[in-house]
Amino acid sequence: MEIPAIVGAGLVVIGVGIGIGRIGGSAMDAIARQPEATNKIQTAMLIAAALIEGIGFAALFAV
Amino acid sequence: MQFTRALFFLAVLVLIQPVLLTASGHSEHASDSTEFTQVANQEPAQEGMSMKQEIKAHIQHHLQDGHDFHLYTDTETNTHVGFPLLVILLDDGIQVFSSSRFHHGESVAESNGNFYALHHGKVYKTDAAGTFEMHDGHVHNEKPLDFSITKNVFSIMAFALILILLFTGAARSYKKSLVPSGSARFLEPLIIFVRDEIAIPNIGEKHYKRFMSYLLTVFFFIWLVNLFGLTPLGINVTNSISVTFALAVMTFVITQFSGKKEYWKHIFWMPGVPVPMKILLAPIELLGVFIKPFALLIRLYANITAGHIVLMSLIGLMFIFHSWIGSTLSFGLSVFISFIELLVAALQAYIFTMLTALYFGSAVAEHEDH
Repeated sequence: MEIPAIVGAGLVVIGVGIGIGRIGGSAMDAIARQPEATNKIQTAMLIAAALIEGIGFAALFAV
Repeated sequence: MQFTRALFFLAVLVLIQPVLLTASGHSEHASDSTEFTQVANQEPAQEGMSMKQEIKAHIQHHLQDGHDFHLYTDTETNTHVGFPLLVILLDDGIQVFSSSRFHHGESVAESNGNFYALHHGKVYKTDAAGTFEMHDGHVHNEKPLDFSITKNVFSIMAFALILILLFTGAARSYKKSLVPSGSARFLEPLIIFVRDEIAIPNIGEKHYKRFMSYLLTVFFFIWLVNLFGLTPLGINVTNSISVTFALAVMTFVITQFSGKKEYWKHIFWMPGVPVPMKILLAPIELLGVFIKPFALLIRLYANITAGHIVLMSLIGLMFIFHSWIGSTLSFGLSVFISFIELLVAALQAYIFTMLTALYFGSAVAEHEDH
């Protein structure tokens, strides 16, 4: 039985979702703990999220 | 100086695009395969399509670059609203003619004894009847080198003009007084944002000034283009992978050329790492040099394309549901997504500029402590 490629892409997107969710959640925690560092945390969060997002798009375009 | 640099970047962007568009598929005549012919003036029958297929075709057409600036088609009277653009082909010398000769892909254009026809938005060389040699669903006609002013190229030129007018206006207002007036009132906080939040933290106080012109150009160009992509004009410049490719290539080239000794040392012979690891890590680091701009181009392209597909699909759902509850829901959802897309338009410009600044920062970084 052959598993279609789109299933793999779906799995990757689940992983990307968990990853970005964790980044967002951790950033929320960090901001709550240190509201004065909001700008720095936000920047780091966006960069990390953007990098993970790239993997998701790579998976989608590989299909 | 800054002005000429901005001009240079936009000129490169415009020039590189058609080359990339044609580089993707240059196929020859296939003689030994089964051939059948298709006449160019046979448009896919509009009446035979279901609503779903029609929406799908519409979305696909929207995502494509075109040879004329097409705003909309009235299917009842079959009239196209828009204006033709210039077609420039490098084939037996230079062929220049208006895209109105294609009649929106419905007829064959003749130029100096050569015949050209459109198939899925691409120009192919045909005979006088507009015959396509099809096999495996692909056209195997000869493809001339296409330097046309397509919809995207035209939009890029228009945006370049808008940006130049806005920014020269802003620059002029500072000569009169330091209190900003006119467009500078709106642009000053944004320029300061790019400088204080993007350039200085990532590149550093010492070197950031050299890169400001490029960062500002990229930021405002991507932002403006993304915003106009959300208007009903149907412009989708960053939907085209060749545009984002050109942007990423410029980031790549500037990063490599401003790379100092430390930058190359950290790629090929990183300090503080045992020698076997250095040998192992060097190819990975070298690969990373190319992956970074690649991720940059895919991110921008994919985000904007995905946004447009989602938005257009939701609008299409309104016509598929055809009931007051389903259509209302999808209308509300599409309004919501439109606002998200407004955010994404700015966010992608920010992220592209931010990562570009990060790469520049790594290229010019000076490490004193090891």
